[in-house]
Amino acid sequence: MVNLENSAFAVSEKGYYGNYGGAWIPEMLYPNVEELRQNYLQIIYQAEFQEEFNLLLRDYVGRPTPLYFANRLSEKYNTNIYLKREDLCHTGAHKVNNTIGQILLAKRLGKNKIVAETGAGQHGVATATVCALMGIECIVYMGEVDIERQAPNVARMKMLGAEVRPAKSGSRTLKDATNEAMRHWINNPVDTHYIIGSVVGPHPYPDMVARFQSVISEEIRKQMFEHIGTELPDYVIACVGGGSNAAGTYFHYLDEPDVKIIAAEAAGHGVKTDKSAATTFLGKPGVLHGSKSLLMQTYDGQVIEPHSISAGLDYPGIGPLHAHLWESGRAQFLAITDDEAMQAGMNLAKLEGIIPAIESSHALAALDYLDLRNNETVVISLSGRGDKDLSTYMKYL
Amino acid sequence: MNRLEQLFIAKPREVLNIYYTAGFPKLEDTLPILQVIQDSGADLAEVGIPFSDPVVDGDTIQKANHQALLNGMNVGLLFDQLKNMRETINIPVILMGDINPVLQFGVEKFCEKCQQVGVDGLILPNLPMDEYLQDFKSIFEKYGLFNIFLITPQTSEERIRKIDKNSNGFIYMVSSASTTGSTQGVTKEMLDYFKRINELDLKNPRLIGFGIKDHESFMQASHYANGAIIGSAFIRAIEDADQPAASGMKFLKEVIQ
Ligand SMILES: Cc1ncc(COP(=O)(O)O)c(C=O)c1O
Repeated sequence: MVNLENSAFAVSEKGYYGNYGGAWIPEMLYPNVEELRQNYLQIIYQAEFQEEFNLLLRDYVGRPTPLYFANRLSEKYNTNIYLKREDLCHTGAHKVNNTIGQILLAKRLGKNKIVAETGAGQHGVATATVCALMGIECIVYMGEVDIERQAPNVARMKMLGAEVRPAKSGSRTLKDATNEAMRHWINNPVDTHYIIGSVVGPHPYPDMVARFQSVISEEIRKQMFEHIGTELPDYVIACVGGGSNAAGTYFHYLDEPDVKIIAAEAAGHGVKTDKSAATTFLGKPGVLHGSKSLLMQTYDGQVIEPHSISAGLDYPGIGPLHAHLWESGRAQFLAITDDEAMQAGMNLAKLEGIIPAIESSHALAALDYLDLRNNETVVISLSGRGDKDLSTYMKYL
Repeated sequence: MNRLEQLFIAKPREVLNIYYTAGFPKLEDTLPILQVIQDSGADLAEVGIPFSDPVVDGDTIQKANHQALLNGMNVGLLFDQLKNMRETINIPVILMGDINPVLQFGVEKFCEKCQQVGVDGLILPNLPMDEYLQDFKSIFEKYGLFNIFLITPQTSEERIRKIDKNSNGFIYMVSSASTTGSTQGVTKEMLDYFKRINELDLKNPRLIGFGIKDHESFMQASHYANGAIIGSAFIRAIEDADQPAASGMKFLKEVIQ
């Protein structure tokens, strides 16, 4: 892991990226979050932590994940497309990079219980997995709607020994699961660590999760060099729910102005409808889940229930880093509809023999919006595999 | 002088503070319930601004927030409902809620409205102390509003001292590590914590809240602090009542005895 100390995109001492971030938490969470803030950097940059983390990433997760030149997809778009194969990580998504890091941290903080939220179930599975690995008790909150649409992941979490608790309030999706996980942490402050699944939440979570996920772009740079003799592609593309796979994919390119950064958000039925989750198109600055960021909300500050076909993108906010990338113009945001994503997913299956997670399909659909030249290189984060989504894909077949 | 300050000078012991959610059970109940709280003999009231995602709240207050929003409650309407409250209400009134609706309304405009209708203080649990000191304090002071901070059993002594230094009105002592609405009553652990804080000799009065639900727990809390705060138990008393005002009054009479 490399530090971004002097970057305009590094988090400030107070936990801000430009105008966004901070730790807007009730006093009940202050001791835990403060303990984390004071210790996280010192712990994760210890040599023995790094050694254990890197060994697990290699032997348990299966890193480095391949950077695959997608020949037929490149032909279709008349350019050079590389897929960063996070879908080949153990458990089937990038989420495990973060959960490995956080479980090692939790152990060093003396915590013996874990709570997590999950949307698509990938973060829940990745959390349940590392808890099994370390023999730690695990509770995962998941919205009732998501329990239904991501059933295979619910079964996996249970088999891994986690307790899955339904979040029954609000839209019964990721936002509500996050509320419940935070309430659980308020009620169990001493022995429990909260493993947040994305670059959201109070400082230092966004920065900590981004650092754990930064291994993605660290590898991409090396692998690009091996493929084409330069570490710099023309584009890096990722989907943004909370934004953890995106943060990992962009991390080591943030200060490379020649590399264009593209973020694919979930437009749901479209940004002009009331069924969308495209936060940069529909949101305003606000506070939710402990940080100030862009937030989909009414004029009166009530959070709007989002919609996306993809459970992992069905969230009314984005991480504060991404709000800053948006505001500063460093990243270009695209709103990808449910239908566009599903088509892009089908397309990848037929052209490359890879079934992507519906989340990742949003990143693939971004290709249709870019004015690509035949000598350009594009890296897309294939954040997860689509096994969990088969029942949804079937409806589009 | 701020009404909160006056209150604790006039009545340093057994102060009863009642929380309820604005616009609940019915949209028009905000002022009638406030009147009931005053008429019952309670000493101050905390009017909750409903929020879609109330993270510090348990089931009871979550449901009240949800219903109030369905009823059409919002910040602008709340100020309309409270516009003439000082014609009949003399007890201190505090607004409590999530910071986001306040930010969207506009902090300065919000505080100005508070002053106009006669609000005395604010409890915004997810407004952190650092942000408060940097960006909010001067605005609150300009409009005569006291900011009330929370402490919990996990708050360090060093931080409690800092909170005491920056508080006015009172300090809100959260009785245990929990969301609102716990029904376990006052435990031995809580008593130890109450005693510990009592011995710190803080400059601000303290009210104990979360899990205070009846006369007995009110008295226990009052023994170690200047009084207590009841929220969920009061909401439970009015939520399904045909006559919320009458049920609320009956409940409060039993608490105060
Ligand atoms: C495969 C996959 N990609 C992306 C996401 C979205 O999360 P993030 O934006 O944090 O990468 C999820 C979340 O569940 C996911 O499972």
